[in-house]
Amino acid sequence: MQEVKTRDFVTNARGALDDVNLQEALTKMKTGFVDRRTEARNGLPEFDDIRDRARDIKNHTLAHLDYYLERFEAKVTEQGGHVHWCATPEDARQTILDICRRLDAKTVTKGKTMIAEEIGLNDFFEENGIEPIETDLGEYIIQLRKEPPSHIIAPAVHVLKHEVAEAFVKKHIDRDPSRPLEEPRALLDEAREELRQKFIDADVGVTGANFLIAETGSSVIVTNEGNGDLTQTIPKAHIVLASLEKVVPTLEDASTILRVLARSATGQEFSVYTTFSTGPRRPEDLDGPGEYHVVLLDNGRSALMGTEYQEMLRCIRCGACMNHCPVYNSVGGHAYGWVYPGPMGAVLTPSLIGIEAAGHLPNASSFCGRCEEVCPMRIPLPKMMRHLREQEFDRGLGSQVVRTGLRFWAFYAKRPRLYHFLAGLKFRLLGTMGAKKGRFRTLPGAGGWTKYRDFPAPQPGGTFQARWSAKDGARGPVA
Amino acid sequence: MSGRDSILGTIRQGLGRGELGDGAKAELEARISGHARGPRPSRVDLDADGLADLFVEYSKGVDVSVDRVASLEDVPDRVADYLTRENLPATLRVAPDPSLDGIPWERRPTLTVTKGKTDGTDEVGLTAAFAGIAETGTLMMRSGPEHPTTLNFLPDSHVVVLRKSQIVGSYEDAWDRIRAGEMPRTVNFITGPSRTGDIEQTIFMGAHGPRRLHIVLVEDV
Repeated sequence: MQEVKTRDFVTNARGALDDVNLQEALTKMKTGFVDRRTEARNGLPEFDDIRDRARDIKNHTLAHLDYYLERFEAKVTEQGGHVHWCATPEDARQTILDICRRLDAKTVTKGKTMIAEEIGLNDFFEENGIEPIETDLGEYIIQLRKEPPSHIIAPAVHVLKHEVAEAFVKKHIDRDPSRPLEEPRALLDEAREELRQKFIDADVGVTGANFLIAETGSSVIVTNEGNGDLTQTIPKAHIVLASLEKVVPTLEDASTILRVLARSATGQEFSVYTTFSTGPRRPEDLDGPGEYHVVLLDNGRSALMGTEYQEMLRCIRCGACMNHCPVYNSVGGHAYGWVYPGPMGAVLTPSLIGIEAAGHLPNASSFCGRCEEVCPMRIPLPKMMRHLREQEFDRGLGSQVVRTGLRFWAFYAKRPRLYHFLAGLKFRLLGTMGAKKGRFRTLPGAGGWTKYRDFPAPQPGGTFQARWSAKDGARGPVA
Repeated sequence: MSGRDSILGTIRQGLGRGELGDGAKAELEARISGHARGPRPSRVDLDADGLADLFVEYSKGVDVSVDRVASLEDVPDRVADYLTRENLPATLRVAPDPSLDGIPWERRPTLTVTKGKTDGTDEVGLTAAFAGIAETGTLMMRSGPEHPTTLNFLPDSHVVVLRKSQIVGSYEDAWDRIRAGEMPRTVNFITGPSRTGDIEQTIFMGAHGPRRLHIVLVEDV
């Protein structure tokens, strides 16, 4: 399993805020995804109806998950493929290694798969003398830089182009080190050339799956580059690495969800390549893999069934929640310390690897609610983060400072008159002190806030509670 | 206990039930064979001419060039002109597809046309589409002895022959056409040339698949 660094979230986040390159990269990504999604959404009047249907499809599937998985397996087997049920990352890695060993594989090309990150597949391949080659451009870049992805659909979103150039000069040693690599076009062309022969020489191709179809036994990948197609079509075997919640009943169900996937992810009407793969090549086919394997990973997902986190299994990994998250946009994906960042990661990570290890993550939210607002599968992410926070508190896992602070706050919150008196006092004090500029650049006791942004001074007119009372006389402070 | 049994067991425990009974299974099978569709985008509520126009409009929106021709007889001229315009070599690797047999390549003797799958060295590939989906200007390609999948991906430039009678409204309409035969090993939905935004969110064409996609739309109806 990929190394877990979730406990270090606070330290990681602080480092991320001080990282000049990262902040520049995050600034570049901020508006692009959001604007493009809004435009795509507005271009399809049926978008919200389709979201409802997509949610219902996944809910129906989860309620009959055992049946649809067995149905999927039966269809894959019927087509001459194999399904391998793997409860743990160890099982999945060993299954993949056994297939590669049997085929005497030296190199394995890989399309983008988050499950491979989850099970730490690349390191495992290297330990066993097999060369893994990432073929998605973003994944290739971070493989060269020896780091994990920082975004589930844009893995190298934290990397600036001059950093890509540095990584290429270091890796592609047969080329002139002084070649011009300032332009992204030059970088892209170089990657294309380097990878072309690797596609042709690879013994095995590993891809992820956006969907598994119970009706036909097909796996589906969605890409823009075409790397996933070359990865699965040319080698002797195609290994699909998928978590078990990817299954949907029919081709129609997948089509419905595809209508919201690309629009939510990149803001495209449809991704460039959506590919349905069913079994190995047919005897008379001119190309295609000779073997087709689906490695079905559980890794804690089945244990979410019937719990308050079951709804998380609707997630289709579009990344919209992180694109719209003020916390993700400030600290990037690496700070979250495991495979899945942003709001979906803040819920999925503690659900899969435990609150003890990742209980910090649900605290990384301002509860602004944008993640739920944009989620194509209507997953109530803030509600789930709130539940996880409660569990963290109940188990006594939070930091001592937070626990003491909450106790302190609770003391006043239970005494409304005292609370309003003190809040009013503080309001007037800050209002007077900050009257001139309207904001504070530094504030004793709030250094964590003012280091990265100004603290707004209270505006004339009283506290929120006071204004609320003035607006609606019937509702004064509770005595 | 095998991984399979333990996973299915945990799922059933979470759902608070055992394996489904025959009645419940039959209902789920009926749901599958019913092929129920989700909400249909109203933009595809058009006649054949309207769908063809919509297909062309959306294709062009994703950087595809489109030539509309009256019959297969016009294909050699249009393809030759396209290659000249794009400064590409006059050499084509064509899918061994009987539906393309009616193209009179001999009309443009300067074109070198060979048939078969590709070894990755061909600069221009030409294949026939299985369907065109107007909803998003998407091509549907199916693998088979007459349609090698690699020809859709390896050449730098991809030319696709699509007939107007192959254009449908939605993805679901296209699946109905697939279901008239066997499910092939690969069904590719292709919407524009290969692209990436992985370097600083800037979009460039030709990541690993074709840099250019050109559709010759034959007005056969």
